[in-house]
Amino acid sequence: MFSLEFMRNAFVASTFIAIISGIIGVFVSARNMSFLTHTLSEIGFSGAAFGVFMSWPPLNGMLLFTMVSSVIVGQLSVKQARREASISAISSLFLGLGILFLSLSNKNASYATNILFGSIIGINHTNVIQVIELSALVLIIIAFVYRDLKFDSFDAIGAQVKGLWTNALSIIFLVLLALSVSVAAQIVGSLLIFVLLTLPAASAKYFVHTVSGMMVVAILMALVGVWGGLCLGYITNWPVSFFIASIECLFYFAALGYNRLRQ
Amino acid sequence: MTDPILRVNNLKVTFPNHRVFENLNFSLHKGEFLSVVGENGVGKTTLIRTILQQLKPAAGNVQFFPNRKAVTFGYVPQFRNIDEEYPLSIRDFISLNLSGIKLPWLSRKERQQVDQIIAQTNLQKIQNRPLGMASGGEKQKAYLAQALVEQPNLLILDESTASLDNVMKYELLDLVKHFNQVTQLSVIFVTHDLPLAQKYADNFLLLRPTSFKYGPISELSEADVKEVSDV
Repeated sequence: MFSLEFMRNAFVASTFIAIISGIIGVFVSARNMSFLTHTLSEIGFSGAAFGVFMSWPPLNGMLLFTMVSSVIVGQLSVKQARREASISAISSLFLGLGILFLSLSNKNASYATNILFGSIIGINHTNVIQVIELSALVLIIIAFVYRDLKFDSFDAIGAQVKGLWTNALSIIFLVLLALSVSVAAQIVGSLLIFVLLTLPAASAKYFVHTVSGMMVVAILMALVGVWGGLCLGYITNWPVSFFIASIECLFYFAALGYNRLRQ
Repeated sequence: MTDPILRVNNLKVTFPNHRVFENLNFSLHKGEFLSVVGENGVGKTTLIRTILQQLKPAAGNVQFFPNRKAVTFGYVPQFRNIDEEYPLSIRDFISLNLSGIKLPWLSRKERQQVDQIIAQTNLQKIQNRPLGMASGGEKQKAYLAQALVEQPNLLILDESTASLDNVMKYELLDLVKHFNQVTQLSVIFVTHDLPLAQKYADNFLLLRPTSFKYGPISELSEADVKEVSDV
């Protein structure tokens, strides 16, 4: 399996993706941003389609769209009451745009499937380097804002009282989320971002009760998912995304079961 | 009397089309326990937010002694969004408030600070329990411990006992009073509960829609008590 270059690329890229997904996911879960993450993945699809239309690498289009829109969504969603409606509106618009760009670029339907559900075979050495660079960027920014982001995510009221720069932190986090969505989409595709960015962290919180512990468990769950998915995909020739989604869902249901037993 | 740590001078706070209070004067000394009482909507939380510098006064000011930087706040707000699925342990929740250094991990000194406040608030046995699974009283203790972990010199409690049963109320305030007496912590306790104020406070500030009354707690008259209790 490792004699094939694309499999080696896939393993390296997915390892980094699992690490940043586990870390960012813990904050996504704490900040109740699963729905917004899903929207960003749809925007990512649109961005990738725009990239194809412009003859850019899809990742670049994705980065452009998710970064710009994360800031706009953040501004629109300040008021909790209209958050869901405005996110729905934006996601519909971007899904529509994605279909438009794909149609204009005259690419066939399999290209759309690749963007939506991921294409592990399509990852080349340059993509791997890009994934590593973006992951490193996310990790460095997280390291700088970690304490304040942790406080704001797990106790927003306390952080506000403390006088932390909560508005700026929200925007920084949205940009980090946009970066992570674009990176994770390389493996699981934009429709299954949920699988890596929310499920491991949502499962981890039932097993451990510290922020760092949740990150470690979420990273491990994401790693088992992507590595297991790649191996099973290689053996069966079935889509890798299917296996990753199944493994992460299994973890999540097991976590819910464990929580019920404990209570 | 010890030195003041803050003085409120002719304070006036207004919202659009609505004056909350004006010409408000009082001071808070080191080691003093002040109860802020008054009916709903009279501006108790507004006063706290002005002291915390989240609101700008329309006139007057809040002075800190010897200077603003020397006065550090610990604040236990009235509402907190902690549901039963809240994952962090009591210990991790308390350590969120440590912000002296910005390293991702806690230093040895910071871990000692957390150990110390957990011991002082009698939370050792449940420190690793998820905060979401703690009882109302345990949660309030954890909030108090978080507010005190960086050893502030002014603690503000905003209706912190409102949701507690009678036993827990006194247990929590015994703890606050202990810190108040042992460490000379100054306390501002916002409450509706006059018997609690009378038991623990040194002084009171009674806010009314158009006036205020400030003095030693022994001067809180039966009529004042009735005024607040009738609400």
